[in-house]
Amino acid sequence: MSSGLDYFRQNRLPHIWCPGCGHGTVTGALTRTLAKLGIDKNNVVVVSGIGCSSRASGYLDFDTLHTAHGRAIAFATGIKLSRPDLKVIVMTGDGDCTAIGGNHFIHAARRNVDITTIVMNNNNYGMTSGQYSPMTPTGMLGTTAPYGNVERPFDLANLAIASGATFVARGTSYHVQLLGEMIEKALLNPGFSVVEAVVGCPTYYGRKNKLGGAVELFNWQKEHAVNVKAAAAMAPEKLEGKFLIGELYNKAAPEFTAEYARLVEGVRRKFDDFQGGVRGCAQNSD
Amino acid sequence: MPEAKLMQGNEACTLGALTAGLSFFAGYPITPSTEIAELCSEELPKVGGKFIQMEDEIGSIAAIIGASLTGRKAMTATSGPGFSLMQELMGYAAISEVPIVVIDVQRVGPSTGMPTSLAQGDVMQARWGTHGDHPVVVLAPGNVRECFDLTIKAFNIAEEYRVPVVVLSDETIGHMREKVVLPELKSLTIVDRKAPAAPAGYLPYKADQDGGVPLMAPFGKGYRWHVTGLSHDETGFPTNKGDVAGALIQRLMRKVEKAEPLLRDYATESADDCDVLVLAFGSSAMSATSAVRQARAAGVKAGLFRPKTIWPFPEEPLRELASRVKRIIVPEMNLGQLVYEVERVVAGKAPVERLSKVNCELFRPEEILASIMGGSK
Repeated sequence: MSSGLDYFRQNRLPHIWCPGCGHGTVTGALTRTLAKLGIDKNNVVVVSGIGCSSRASGYLDFDTLHTAHGRAIAFATGIKLSRPDLKVIVMTGDGDCTAIGGNHFIHAARRNVDITTIVMNNNNYGMTSGQYSPMTPTGMLGTTAPYGNVERPFDLANLAIASGATFVARGTSYHVQLLGEMIEKALLNPGFSVVEAVVGCPTYYGRKNKLGGAVELFNWQKEHAVNVKAAAAMAPEKLEGKFLIGELYNKAAPEFTAEYARLVEGVRRKFDDFQGGVRGCAQNSD
Repeated sequence: MPEAKLMQGNEACTLGALTAGLSFFAGYPITPSTEIAELCSEELPKVGGKFIQMEDEIGSIAAIIGASLTGRKAMTATSGPGFSLMQELMGYAAISEVPIVVIDVQRVGPSTGMPTSLAQGDVMQARWGTHGDHPVVVLAPGNVRECFDLTIKAFNIAEEYRVPVVVLSDETIGHMREKVVLPELKSLTIVDRKAPAAPAGYLPYKADQDGGVPLMAPFGKGYRWHVTGLSHDETGFPTNKGDVAGALIQRLMRKVEKAEPLLRDYATESADDCDVLVLAFGSSAMSATSAVRQARAAGVKAGLFRPKTIWPFPEEPLRELASRVKRIIVPEMNLGQLVYEVERVVAGKAPVERLSKVNCELFRPEEILASIMGGSK
């Protein structure tokens, strides 16, 4: 049995994340889950965009692709369609995924392409020192929201569900056990899976908003997260100001690369006398 | 005996790509390139290849870079506005050395411009569209058959040198139908990227020589390597060392500089003894060819230089011609782009005259002829 550490490029550690940042915790939850599932390192591709979250790819011992800002899911779509047998995981952040990458996110969900997307939501752009993101709550401060954020944030889970994702969950860097369970279900779902991991950013978001340091931010997660199962029995007023964690959506639907493979099979049957395409060369297939 | 077919430039590009081994296309509809996506969507499933219509052009180029990393020959096709959107990831393909082919069927710009009309305004965008110093190779077909030939060449160059290659077509070349006899398959050279033998000791960005091309492992084969758009060292991991980052840029640029004599592709007609040299590419070169022939018939010693490889520009043959001619005329369907490169190369050896046209109509041969005759009286 391998351990989570076996999935790290240990010579690339220590990581660059700040003390108290949740990104390492989320990355650890992923590697432990992969170890638990016994997934072969050679069959995994991790794709990331730009930002603090996206540094995760460099630390992981797979084929890894650190792309451009917002584009991880589009690169991942090319990889997955090209090699449907590979396990493709996107590691991204709230800014990378829901601002500049929002279009790719909703379309990957719509296609239900078998990619597991882990969104580390620290409510701001940490790498560029704390500007507000599409997931900064209204009224909160950022370096580009010095008087408070006047915009409304996305509800990422609802966005994913409405766009067609077939598994959607939320965890936090405090509820690590649950986060691992959610990542496990996401990895096993044959379709577009989204796990939002709520994490603290003590260096910028926490400091700017005077929320305290790492410990206070973890406590904030503990006090404000409500498991979706418990929430079902709670009065709505008790849920005010809280957020739900756990499995928020899980419903099977046809997966894009499998559907494309079926299409190809049908087309090839129809053209079974067809020797290697319009130019008669047989190099175009796998 | 190969049969003659009536086909469109866009169709010939697609057939060339399939012949070169295209197995992955991602694109977004845009006039006047859309026929390429349509034909790929029809043909690739027949041969077990993959087609996807992405949500935009940025996603399209991202998807083909991803597919190329798994070992496939991958391509997208677009026009000016879409090509502009792709520019950031053109730079990504250049620095990460992932082979891709982008067909840009030029139309009138800037912005939405005139989607169905002819222009050649992307000459500089194709070379310098993305930020930073970067290598790119740009090929410009001058007729339908060349759409086929140069798309194959584009794949061969992309695979051999691990660079993004642009096929710079235009609305007229792309949509024009001509009688074409395609070459015998066995007469063609098809290049595949060089892969390492085994994962042990693999250094993904280690070149064996100055301006060398590293071996490229496909994803999903046990190499477990890292690809980034950050400046990186031989291991592929990011570096903050200025000298290492500088050496990377130097090597990327040297790959193409060193290969220029091999990449060089151009055609001439009546150029050996000419007084007036017309330098034209793409659809403008069709009119220029007629003009040169008419001038010769009228007793004026005109000649044609038609670069097919635009970037890197074929400096040496032009410089050699420039020292022998009296004038050089550069007709372009823009207000002057390639002419700057011509002026740089000619460096005063002969006067260079620009002949610009931006009214969306192909040059008439008489317009170029008038320019040839005008200065020869």
